Amino acid sequence: MSFFPHLLLAILEGTVQAAVLALTALGLSLVFGVMRVVNVAHGEFYMLGAMVAWFTAKMLGAGPALGFLAALIAAPLVVGAIAFAAERLVLRRLNYNPESTIVATIGLLFILQQLALTGFGADAKSVAAPFTYRIALPWFGYSGYKVFVVFASAALLLLAWFVLTRTRIGLVMRATQFDSETATAFGVPVDRVYAVVFVAGAMIAAIAAVLLVPIQQAHYLMGGDPLLMSFIVVIIGGLGSIKGSVIAALIIGMADGIVSVFFSPTLAAILATLLVAFVLLWRPQGLFGTAPT
Amino acid sequence: MKGPSLLLHLGIILMLLLMQFVISDYALLSLTRILVLAVFASGYNLLFGYTGLLSLGHAMFFASGAYAAALGVTKLGMSIPVSFVFACLVGGAFSAAISAITLRAKGVAFMIVTLMFSQAAFLTILYFGNITRGDEGITIAENLRRFSVLGFAVDLTNASLRYNLALVLYALSLGVTAWMVLSPMGRVLIAIRENENRTSMLGYDVMRYKFVAMTVSGTLSAVSGAAYAILFSYAGATLASIEYSINPLLWSLLGGASTLLGPLLGTGFMMVLNDLASSYTDARLLAVGVVLVLLVVFFPKGILGTVRQHWIRWLP
Repeated sequence: MSFFPHLLLAILEGTVQAAVLALTALGLSLVFGVMRVVNVAHGEFYMLGAMVAWFTAKMLGAGPALGFLAALIAAPLVVGAIAFAAERLVLRRLNYNPESTIVATIGLLFILQQLALTGFGADAKSVAAPFTYRIALPWFGYSGYKVFVVFASAALLLLAWFVLTRTRIGLVMRATQFDSETATAFGVPVDRVYAVVFVAGAMIAAIAAVLLVPIQQAHYLMGGDPLLMSFIVVIIGGLGSIKGSVIAALIIGMADGIVSVFFSPTLAAILATLLVAFVLLWRPQGLFGTAPT
Repeated sequence: MKGPSLLLHLGIILMLLLMQFVISDYALLSLTRILVLAVFASGYNLLFGYTGLLSLGHAMFFASGAYAAALGVTKLGMSIPVSFVFACLVGGAFSAAISAITLRAKGVAFMIVTLMFSQAAFLTILYFGNITRGDEGITIAENLRRFSVLGFAVDLTNASLRYNLALVLYALSLGVTAWMVLSPMGRVLIAIRENENRTSMLGYDVMRYKFVAMTVSGTLSAVSGAAYAILFSYAGATLASIEYSINPLLWSLLGGASTLLGPLLGTGFMMVLNDLASSYTDARLLAVGVVLVLLVVFFPKGILGTVRQHWIRWLP
């Protein structure tokens, strides 16, 4: 393949990466923004989403399209329930203290990872895409499903933006993020908002995993990479800034896709991490974050 | 350090010295590991317990020492004592460089940034697999582990010699941390932990103190890594994995952060627990996860922290 088609392929792959990354990072950013909790177990929610997708598709055994739809419902529900239990039983008891919650979510990471290994086994599991239409380009055929993933992610991001800026619950969330004490004084049930936000963050990660699992495979260690990449995105975009996270996800995902196609995924991850170092030297609060007062 | 507290610490070292004559070979090996890793935990605790900076990336310091020592022996043709010194220097320089960068981030950002740097180090080790043999790890050949220093023959395959070397190393690290923590500088570190803005307002150069604390902390971790590689003849990518960043945090928390002996107690406790857990199930990480969650929810001060709160007020 000559250079130009190769570059086009890299850009397409990068767009798919960026779309899914934006979704995963959105969950992390939302939880951090509103609750000031760094959820290290976020990648495991993603992994669980993929595992549940594989499990429902296998149990249902009714063809890829139906299995995919079932997974799209089952995965967020199961993962959301686990996140809800974790939030009520652990995070709330810690009073959302930043350091304690980080340690607790690390513990959660190990627990979920080990349970997935014991429950589902160590082998990689593949899930069939709901449809296998290939878009014929002059140089190569491209998976129509991957294009669908990009549009689905964009739609979900728009939905999240709409909920946050145009609805009552979004207003309540932003009020809690801005000043939780004043929000309490105005009758906002901050405690319930926290539960909703944490569960929503986990559900978004699960949906991202269901979308991606036909392209990748489900594996009990798959949570590590998206966690690292989401952290990078959230830091570069500015902790707590959702707009920044989406823009950073586009840049990082695209760069990651291109470097991965031309060089190696490991090199891409190393470069992305070093990029963070430079962003921090230049702007410690991230590109779109506001300086701490 | 004076009075009962000095006696307590000397007593602990003396007890560890005498223990080698009564315990089994297997226990001696476990205790050697515990002592080496307790150096790592003590270094970590200097930053976490006393300065109040939660790093999630100390595995990179540990691995930098381990790899510098192992590569020094196998690739650069150094003798083991030289490579140990080399590893300490490399670890010190690496810690200083990483501290200078990561300390620009504060609070939660600091935790994430250290985590990411450590992950980048882990990936770099895997990426240069032809040198680092990341997946299977480097082993130091047995004939290289017998050498002579100043005319004395040293045989690192001898279990009791390894134990005593580990003990000397732990005693030294305990000395260094005690000296730092109890000096006026240690008071400033604790002040930074309690209220960074006020400390800075009082005229202390907070950044410089944090930099020194993190560099010493990272260097101790690297020293521990170098000793680990040399004594157990192994350095692999797993030593840089996230699990090794979490371990010293877990050990410090369990034993009691901001106590001098807490890291040793926590390391020992967790090792014994791991041993017990692995005889029932291979789900070792599950035990780690459950202990972490239970600790932060029900027992945030750790063993010695609770002892100090209720009974022995003077425990440093």
